Amino acid sequence: MFGYAGKILEVNLSTGKISVLKFEDEILKNYIGGRGLAVKILWDRLGKHWEKINPLGSENILLFLTGPLTGFFPGARTCVSGKSPQSNGVVGSTIAGEFGVELKCAGYDGIIVTGEAEKPVYLFIKDEDVEIRDASHIWGKDAKQTVTLLTKECRELLEKRFPRYGTWKEPSILYIGPAGENKVRTAVVAAKWTHAAGYGGYGAVMGAKRLKAIAVKGTRALPEVADMEKVKQLTEVITKKIYKKELWRRWGTASSGYDVGAKTSSEPVRNWQDEWHNQKSYGVDKFENRFWVKHYWGDFGCPTTCMKIAVIKTGKFKGAITDNPDYELQAYLGTNLGIFTPEENVFLASLIDDLGLCGIQTGNVLGFAAELYQRKILKKEDLDGLELEWGNAEAFAALTKKIAYREGIGKIFAEGTYRAALKIEKWKKTNVLKYAIQCKGIGIGAHGIRSGEDYPINISYACSVQGGDHTSIACLPINDLRSELLMVFHDSAVYCYFNTFGIPRNIKFEFYKAVTGVELTENDWVNVKALRILQLQRAMLLLGGPDKKWKPKEHDDNPPRFYEPLPSGPYKGKTVNRENFEKDKKRYYEAVGWDENGVPKSETLKKLGLDDVDKVLEKIR
Amino acid sequence: MVSVEKRIWIARDYSKCSGCRRCEIACSLFHEGRIWPEASRIRVFMLIPGVEVPHLCVQCEDYPCVEACSVKALSVNQKTGAVIVDKEKCTGCGLCINACPGKIPHIHPTENYALICDLCGGNPQCVKVCQEGGWKALTIVEREEDYSYKVYARTVEEITKDLTVKLYGEKGEELI
Repeated sequence: MFGYAGKILEVNLSTGKISVLKFEDEILKNYIGGRGLAVKILWDRLGKHWEKINPLGSENILLFLTGPLTGFFPGARTCVSGKSPQSNGVVGSTIAGEFGVELKCAGYDGIIVTGEAEKPVYLFIKDEDVEIRDASHIWGKDAKQTVTLLTKECRELLEKRFPRYGTWKEPSILYIGPAGENKVRTAVVAAKWTHAAGYGGYGAVMGAKRLKAIAVKGTRALPEVADMEKVKQLTEVITKKIYKKELWRRWGTASSGYDVGAKTSSEPVRNWQDEWHNQKSYGVDKFENRFWVKHYWGDFGCPTTCMKIAVIKTGKFKGAITDNPDYELQAYLGTNLGIFTPEENVFLASLIDDLGLCGIQTGNVLGFAAELYQRKILKKEDLDGLELEWGNAEAFAALTKKIAYREGIGKIFAEGTYRAALKIEKWKKTNVLKYAIQCKGIGIGAHGIRSGEDYPINISYACSVQGGDHTSIACLPINDLRSELLMVFHDSAVYCYFNTFGIPRNIKFEFYKAVTGVELTENDWVNVKALRILQLQRAMLLLGGPDKKWKPKEHDDNPPRFYEPLPSGPYKGKTVNRENFEKDKKRYYEAVGWDENGVPKSETLKKLGLDDVDKVLEKIR
Repeated sequence: MVSVEKRIWIARDYSKCSGCRRCEIACSLFHEGRIWPEASRIRVFMLIPGVEVPHLCVQCEDYPCVEACSVKALSVNQKTGAVIVDKEKCTGCGLCINACPGKIPHIHPTENYALICDLCGGNPQCVKVCQEGGWKALTIVEREEDYSYKVYARTVEEITKDLTVKLYGEKGEELI
């Protein structure tokens, strides 16, 4: 099919076997690539005994998938997936950068990694040459060292092997930091020091497989497309529109660190005890004027370039380098920890990058820990001597390191907020789950729902197949632009949805047709293809296991805190109305074809040709 | 000396490069009809994240690459001053790369000839997209007779070193 390289690389790290496989056009038309194809591969290979698959065992499958639009639609990404050690379901976790483009230029639409290596390895791909190489010399290295060392090593290899080529451009690299190596459930698969596939915890899966990195250099062209003139024309439509949004380009999401708190009142403050602040010290200009050394930083083909590079050049945090931070990290490594100074926020974000942790999930668990300290459930002596006061950036940094290396109290928090809460309940014999701001093992993104002024709605996290993931939310009606049924398209065709803001909604399907030659209507996508992907994701989420299973009655819900009234700000007193929530949840179940218990109905599954899923779900009905 | 009327030059401000690589897309579409980063005559290197270096021919006054070619495959376009590669004559031997003070040319990934920026015949596509995006890492300026241009033909490694320190300060010294 047009737009695809036509091959998927499979690497078994247990046996060292490297092979290539192809998918039929029919499968690609239905599941597209990225998240959709990941869900299909995982179901076909692991679905029948899903509950028994340990996400951190050699039996899990780790996927790196592009989509047909990767490299063509402005803003390239790559989708990382597998059985999630956070939700025990599947998350389509995407990461920006050139990796997907290099991979397609090397001739592959994706990589399936199975088994686990005996000792640390990395994968080096140059077109058809694929090798599993020793990584013991980079195991234990942080992000900055890993990227620098691997870039040097791979370029030397290329120069040695192809001496006449001229100067070799660096390969694109995905890697894990120490946190992934130590199987921390909030670890990421990362790129370019600061980019991450965060949701899902796939850094831990990569670490469990002892796969430190994948470096890929593809020298061929991107695949042929059905209609290049149309691709060029649509690209022009998108870029022209995006170029006009100068403030969005100039500040990215970084202006939200003040805006979301002050205006929509939906920013986590002190582990969501509040969602409002009016700290002008946290305005984007403070970040911009003090720390940004590059104002427009982007990835392959991106007109938005919403990333910015922040550097601290003086003072006690000298040497910290990170991006922006973007809104999510400003919130989770800032306001959520009672931190309102840009400098401390940049410092923590840089540390998170270096260790290969997810800023959202780790910030969520740090906030949770600090609330337990505030409530004297955990004391200084429980925290290895740390005084986890709100705003104490250095104490939070110390705990972050303990998490990444699973040292002392870090062992508990390395399990992520939900699992840490269960352990602490047993230890302290008191209910702490009520302070865990998560949904199905995934900490909730930094967009609250109590004020009703931000984009997620009351059921957005509770009913999503990716739990707390703020980039994939449940919404009504199900064809709303915010709905995960539409988000699945971005994550399956695999490009950055930030480049769809303000663009006519049909352009993405026109783009898909120009690249693949295949007609796709929004109706067919939402009501058939995306709905099918959603059912598969829901099925695997509910099957869960081995350490935890979700019961929709209990777990299709918001964290208890979201039913407490907002304590301050312009929306003081507002909260989620339980009755309306239950009504909307019921409406959502009906709209996506789930029964009153939240399990996909037989008739829904059969209509979508998922008879085998129906059979497996018998056991949880 | 052949009379040169208003030749252009592509001025580069590396620290403004966003790394969007739209220049590589535009270049390869123009020359190859495909999106093909490795066949682009301008290549954006990123040896250190955030330190993006768009690397392309500077048209040295003395054209050492043209001088070095043993099969006369390289010539200078009299109108633009760009180096033109004769695909038929070029053997892909790499002598021009060795002669280039910045090691800028490279061999086409699937064909056997050197890739060198030809200024798109006077209307460089890379500059067009860079300007449209407002990044202005690449800008067209008038080439002046008495300026030295060869001094800008530097290796990616050299440029990266300087730029890393410029962006990252003391930490940059450590990183390189």
